[in-house]
Amino acid sequence: MKVAVTASNNTDLNVKIDLKFGRAPYFVIIDFDNDKVNFIDNSAKGATGGAGIQAAQTIVDQGVEGLITGNVGPKAFNVLSKANIKVYSAKEETIKEVLSKYKNNDLKEVAAPTNNGHAGM
Amino acid sequence: MKITVLSGKGGTGKTTVATNLALSLTNVQFLDADVEEPNSYIFIRPDFGEEYQQVLRKVPIIDQNKCRACRSCVDFCEYNALVLLGEEVLIIKEMCHSCGGCKYICPKEAIREEDKEVGKIRVDKSVAGMEFWQGELNIGEASAVPVIEALNQKVSEDKTVIIDAPPGTTCPTIAAISDANYCILVTEPTPFGLHDLKMAVEVVKELGKPCGIIINRSEEDADKLIEDYASNEGISILTKIPFKREIASLYSQGTPFVEEMPEWKENFQEVFTKIKQVVG
Repeated sequence: MKVAVTASNNTDLNVKIDLKFGRAPYFVIIDFDNDKVNFIDNSAKGATGGAGIQAAQTIVDQGVEGLITGNVGPKAFNVLSKANIKVYSAKEETIKEVLSKYKNNDLKEVAAPTNNGHAGM
Repeated sequence: MKITVLSGKGGTGKTTVATNLALSLTNVQFLDADVEEPNSYIFIRPDFGEEYQQVLRKVPIIDQNKCRACRSCVDFCEYNALVLLGEEVLIIKEMCHSCGGCKYICPKEAIREEDKEVGKIRVDKSVAGMEFWQGELNIGEASAVPVIEALNQKVSEDKTVIIDAPPGTTCPTIAAISDANYCILVTEPTPFGLHDLKMAVEVVKELGKPCGIIINRSEEDADKLIEDYASNEGISILTKIPFKREIASLYSQGTPFVEEMPEWKENFQEVFTKIKQVVG
């Protein structure tokens, strides 16, 4: 199974997670079945509007079961929940730390958008 | 004669100028085109009654039987209004700008369009000696342009039309300028005011509209900032509204200051005379 984490950089798993979802610079896709780590660019980070939706499309396309990030707005949350992707909220820690919490079931699953929508950048 | 009152910066006094100017003239038709937050009604106090006109726009609907999940529409949509979830295209209507591109691009003709209410238009045909129209954008809508364009349809050719434009220099403001014969640019004598005034000037020049400046919250020492710019650009300063407690206090009570300071009616009539000389 795979999860996605919003990443502030794309060097390795010691970088901090990015607390933004739609405008995070990178996503890292972790495949627990084969321990593969794959950083991808977030093409939505400079979108004039609807960044959360476009980012959600990227995450959906990756076939992940969960997303770990700081905050998710209402439109992105709606898309993710329709795609049955669970959203977990995390604090600003390294991706490594966040993943170990995820494995120990220490991350809180988010049942609703964590912040209000905002228009544009 | 159509006059649009605009400013790059929000909160400089567009509504103050538009409403007080309108109250100083005769045979006026007023359009509040600041449809995201119309507030001229506070000063003019219209009674709209229960009636309103719906403003509609087109949004796509997908025939899932014809859709092959090819993703062309999702990739095409610049506004991220479409998402492909597995085999199904999800439409996020409030992001849609009604360009019709998805329908055009779909190879399977799986996309039709339906109407969605984007806003409302209300009118009081006779209030404070004027005809008062107000546009309202529904909450969550991405673009104010359809509502402003619908307001533009109401323009009366035999009246003095005063349009209170939305702030900024983007599409909604341009929609509120496009039919104008003259633009009044309201600014305040601050660096922020000047910065955004410059953007407003660029827009009206690009659109080829004659314009003049009104300085609001004018103070002698500060005005030089705007005056120097105006004289370099060759734009006239139509009048200056002083930074006075009395005016601010009336504003905070929702009272147009021309009602309590009638000498200002003459001042705005002179502004109108200057505008007529330019427009002819």
